Amino acid sequence: MTWLVTSASAQEAAPPAPAAPQPEPAAPAADAHAPSPDTTHSEVGAAEGHKGPFPPFDTNTFPSQILWFVICFGALYLLMKRVIVPRMAAIIDGRAQRIAGDIEEAQRLKLQSDTALQGYEKALADARGSAHKIAQTATDQAKADAEARRHAIEADLAAKLAEAETRIADIKSRALADVGTIAEDAAGAVVEALIGQQPTRDEVSAAVSAARAQ
Amino acid sequence: MANDPIHQFQIHEYFPLGNFAGMDFHFTNSALAMVANVAVVTGFLYFATAKKSLIPGRTQSVAELSYEFVASTLKSSAGTEGMRFFPFVFSLFMFILTANLFGMFPYFLTATSQIIITFALAMLVMLVVVGYGFYRHGTHFLGLFVPHGVPGAVIPLVSAIEVISFLSRPISLSVRLFANMLAGHITLKVFAGFVVSLASLGVVGVGGAIVPLLMTVALTALEFLVAFLQAYVFTILTCMYLNDALHPGH
Repeated sequence: MTWLVTSASAQEAAPPAPAAPQPEPAAPAADAHAPSPDTTHSEVGAAEGHKGPFPPFDTNTFPSQILWFVICFGALYLLMKRVIVPRMAAIIDGRAQRIAGDIEEAQRLKLQSDTALQGYEKALADARGSAHKIAQTATDQAKADAEARRHAIEADLAAKLAEAETRIADIKSRALADVGTIAEDAAGAVVEALIGQQPTRDEVSAAVSAARAQ
Repeated sequence: MANDPIHQFQIHEYFPLGNFAGMDFHFTNSALAMVANVAVVTGFLYFATAKKSLIPGRTQSVAELSYEFVASTLKSSAGTEGMRFFPFVFSLFMFILTANLFGMFPYFLTATSQIIITFALAMLVMLVVVGYGFYRHGTHFLGLFVPHGVPGAVIPLVSAIEVISFLSRPISLSVRLFANMLAGHITLKVFAGFVVSLASLGVVGVGGAIVPLLMTVALTALEFLVAFLQAYVFTILTCMYLNDALHPGH
């Protein structure tokens, strides 16, 4: 801490050297990292002015610092705005778009596969339905055929039955018709045996008819 | 003398640039720090994103992390409309963060430990806020100073307080950053100085120097945190002030 006092007093003793150009421009740069802080400080102090033991409040450094701040920050801002930010935005937005696009594509494909699955299931159900229908039709057909054949056979049998019945009736009537003749012959023979006299055919016939009518 | 904690903030003039309007301009170590800052930030971000890969590598991840960190900070404070200020806010964040981290290297000047630099940054933010506020909303921007739902009688008082708080913003913004960096670096240097002073006392001193050495190590870690935190604080406050410029109606 003593050097502050000594250097301050040294500065006070030194003649004031305001805003004068540096006598030797290369000297401060060479001395900037000199091992002895004493020489550095006194050198800088002499170059910068009389006051300001606390460096950040040394107003003599302000114009240079503001100038270089404006240059540097302006350059940084322009570089960021023109080069870096568009570039990084392109990378990050590109990635976001890529991800969104991939998700959309995946959803589209999922929808497609869902549709395909639905179509497949529908086709399967259709096929099943039509197979069922075909089986049904075939069964129906077979049933109908069997029914028709049964009908035909039944009709045939009925016809044959009717024919047989007709023949039976015919035979029966013919037999019944023969019954009168037999009865007349038998009656004529019986009467002849009883009275010894052959009755006339008409009498016998009338008597048989009368007897049958009863 | 070698332990002087103030010496690290000294501005050295490397070569003069001339005298304009009665002011001397020099290329100083502060200027060198800022030029290096811009070179490092731009160089890193440029080469980190050179491949533009879909799946980022390590350096590209860091670059994207910084981008998305600032973008989310800005969006959460000022909405998507605030993204028009993204290059500005991103430059601010990267500039302050890099300046703070540069200060963690021995013999490097911390540009943000110079009040004039932090004040210039804060005034730049205020100029952008006020300039854009008037450009966008005209005199409606002054509605910022008249909060809604305040009874008419106390409006002058409230407005006066609002104006004072608005005017104190650049001061608080710049002094916060400046004081944090300054105090942190002084503390670090003081404790590191204890190590050297004690160690020069002999065997007992070397043993005693362990305590400030551990302190220095811990403070170095803390300073890295502060370097990041102050850059973040400056950025988020900038975002909030920009939100005022975008939506002055509270």
